Amino acid sequence: MLENYWIIILFPLLGAAVNGILGRRFSHRVIAWVACSASGLSFLVAVLAFWELIQLPQNARAVSVHLFTWIESGSLVAKFSFLLDPLSMVMILVITGVGFLIHLYSVEYLAEESGYYRYFAYLNLFILMMSVLVLADNYLLMFVGWEGVGLCSFLLIGYYFQKQGAGDAAKKAFIVNRVGDVGFILGVFLIFRSFGTFEYHSIFASVASSPASAATLSVGAITLLLFVGATGKSAQIPLYIWLPDAMEGPTPVSALIHAATMVTAGIYMIARSAPLYSRAPETLLIIAVVGMVTALLAALVALVQKDIKKVLAYSTISQLGYMFVAVGVGAFSAGIFHLITHAFFKALLFLGSGSVILALHHEQDLFKMGGLRKYLRVTFVSMWIATLAIGGAPFFSGFFSKDQILWEAYSSPQGHTALWLGGVLVAGLTAFYMSRLMFLTFHGQERFTVNAESHPPPQEPSLLVTLPLMILAFFSVLAGYVGLPGYLGDNRLEEFLAPSFQWVLQEPAMEHSHTEEVLLTLVAIAVAAMGFFAAYQCYVRNRQIPEDLAHRFSRLHRIIEQKFFVDELYDSLLVNPIRRVSQGVLWKVIDVGVIDGLVNGTATLMQSCSHTIKRMQNGYARVYATWIMGGAVLIILYYFLTST
Amino acid sequence: MIPSTHYLVVAALLFVIGVSGVILRRNVITMFMCIELMLNAVNLTFITFSRFLNQLDGQIFVLFVMTVAAAEAAVGLALIVILSRRADTLDVDQADTMKW
Repeated sequence: MLENYWIIILFPLLGAAVNGILGRRFSHRVIAWVACSASGLSFLVAVLAFWELIQLPQNARAVSVHLFTWIESGSLVAKFSFLLDPLSMVMILVITGVGFLIHLYSVEYLAEESGYYRYFAYLNLFILMMSVLVLADNYLLMFVGWEGVGLCSFLLIGYYFQKQGAGDAAKKAFIVNRVGDVGFILGVFLIFRSFGTFEYHSIFASVASSPASAATLSVGAITLLLFVGATGKSAQIPLYIWLPDAMEGPTPVSALIHAATMVTAGIYMIARSAPLYSRAPETLLIIAVVGMVTALLAALVALVQKDIKKVLAYSTISQLGYMFVAVGVGAFSAGIFHLITHAFFKALLFLGSGSVILALHHEQDLFKMGGLRKYLRVTFVSMWIATLAIGGAPFFSGFFSKDQILWEAYSSPQGHTALWLGGVLVAGLTAFYMSRLMFLTFHGQERFTVNAESHPPPQEPSLLVTLPLMILAFFSVLAGYVGLPGYLGDNRLEEFLAPSFQWVLQEPAMEHSHTEEVLLTLVAIAVAAMGFFAAYQCYVRNRQIPEDLAHRFSRLHRIIEQKFFVDELYDSLLVNPIRRVSQGVLWKVIDVGVIDGLVNGTATLMQSCSHTIKRMQNGYARVYATWIMGGAVLIILYYFLTST
Repeated sequence: MIPSTHYLVVAALLFVIGVSGVILRRNVITMFMCIELMLNAVNLTFITFSRFLNQLDGQIFVLFVMTVAAAEAAVGLALIVILSRRADTLDVDQADTMKW
């Protein structure tokens, strides 16, 4: 009974409620059990639901589950109902699966922290909101999840809220996301205006049945507005700036939210709206270009970062750029494919870096690590697997998904050779900065400080930490085999997702031979290999090379190291003017002058009036009598004059 | 027969005398008596109209006014007694403590 599988969201809801309300009194053990079983159970149910879904014939694989009517007002009807179809099923498996592993990992990682219950309640809440986002069967309910993950992200980035940096980063993430959300909600309004409904099914059916020329303008506007929302959540230019700062949160949070799940919401939303996007070629072009530029820019910045988590953060932005390129050329399932593989290896990389950070007593500077492979065997091996996967080494998961994106960027009707070239370049850069991270962390000299009391030598964390690493490493290798390229076998993922994309406007594909595809793949592999090799040369063989280069191109190096001065640009273009206007005009003129002026002015007027009038009450009874008489005379006079 | 105007003029004169007394005199007892004078001026007016319009309402009203005047006299005289005991004066202008 597929209709009953909405209980996927029930477990994290209960977990969040129990831990959030009662958790303060629980021991750490109980909190961990509640939270992990909540996410574990929802993963189990998701697997069962997946199992039942694939039993159905392919054209019946979209089950709508109506829970209740949420808003009903005239023609506006918003239902609280879920859609179980291949796309949402794949997403829910990734979310609950990776989410569960990260729950397990956090049990140990945050054992020393206060506010343990708070952390797990937020984590469960996050799983809940993300599930609502992907399971929703209309845009309004999706918006609930969309905002919910934004809130959870704020709460979790600001987990160490006593630290100034964490508080600032949380606010930055929240505010930047709001900017995107404005676009998203405007898009949803426009959808309702154009189609009179929020439900995916009716919107897509009506868009598919209407002639191609009709309503292109509104579809273009809708897709563009929704894309603005996606740039906020999925950290693309111009709204990516929150993600690097979000590394202030605990490392498992970075793994869960800022790598594996929340940032994928934008990709999911575009893939879900594929029938609309496929009818808006201009928007697709914008998406592809923005994705490509973001991927390149972030990869460049990642080359020189010193903080291990910052490297991974920029790498996430870069990989998300890849996904946007994929959906931008109309290859929606390729975007989802990379989303899945990326969720595994990026979560693994973050969790591995967490294990390194934990072993080195919260040291995050790459240049104070080195030689750790002797101490952290499991972390070392699993992180190398992830690095090979993200770098595009053949037959690891990232290879297949990245290759499909590159191939689509080259071959699809909306694609372009320039996109392919950029993608290959980014692949090379990715291989370079990731292996740089690995070499600096695990190879070479030991640059960390060890002393007997405060800094004992690094030690592999317990099984609770390493087990998620091993499982994720397993999937980082094998997840790619669900989407083999045409010359090797079937792309099962694409077949599986096909029902979700049935309303997508398919442009006739151009003829390309497998030889061409293999050739391009070989080029990409060669570039990636060059990236690995260059990093090996620079950071293992001759440590002098990067310093020489940095010295020779000192200006360029500085620009990249300072992240292209984007934060500074935003500060001077937006933040400071807003601050100045708020302070100079809104505060000192409007608030103090107008609003306070009105309130205080009323009081002053009353005061000065009564100051004059109060003199009438002078205590002389005879004066009062005179006033009364005067009043009586006036009244009589009035009647006397008006009666005639 | 004496026309009603005569009665009314007398009543008006009495009323004006009463008002002037209240406003101009400072002695509490004088003021008090002037108030009584005004009430009786009104009574006279009531009676006049009752007589000339052949209606009993005015006379009934006079009885009411006299009752109220009696009550007022009781309260007013009590106040005057207290004033003279406390402030040792009958001058109303001395009793001016109730002010801003």
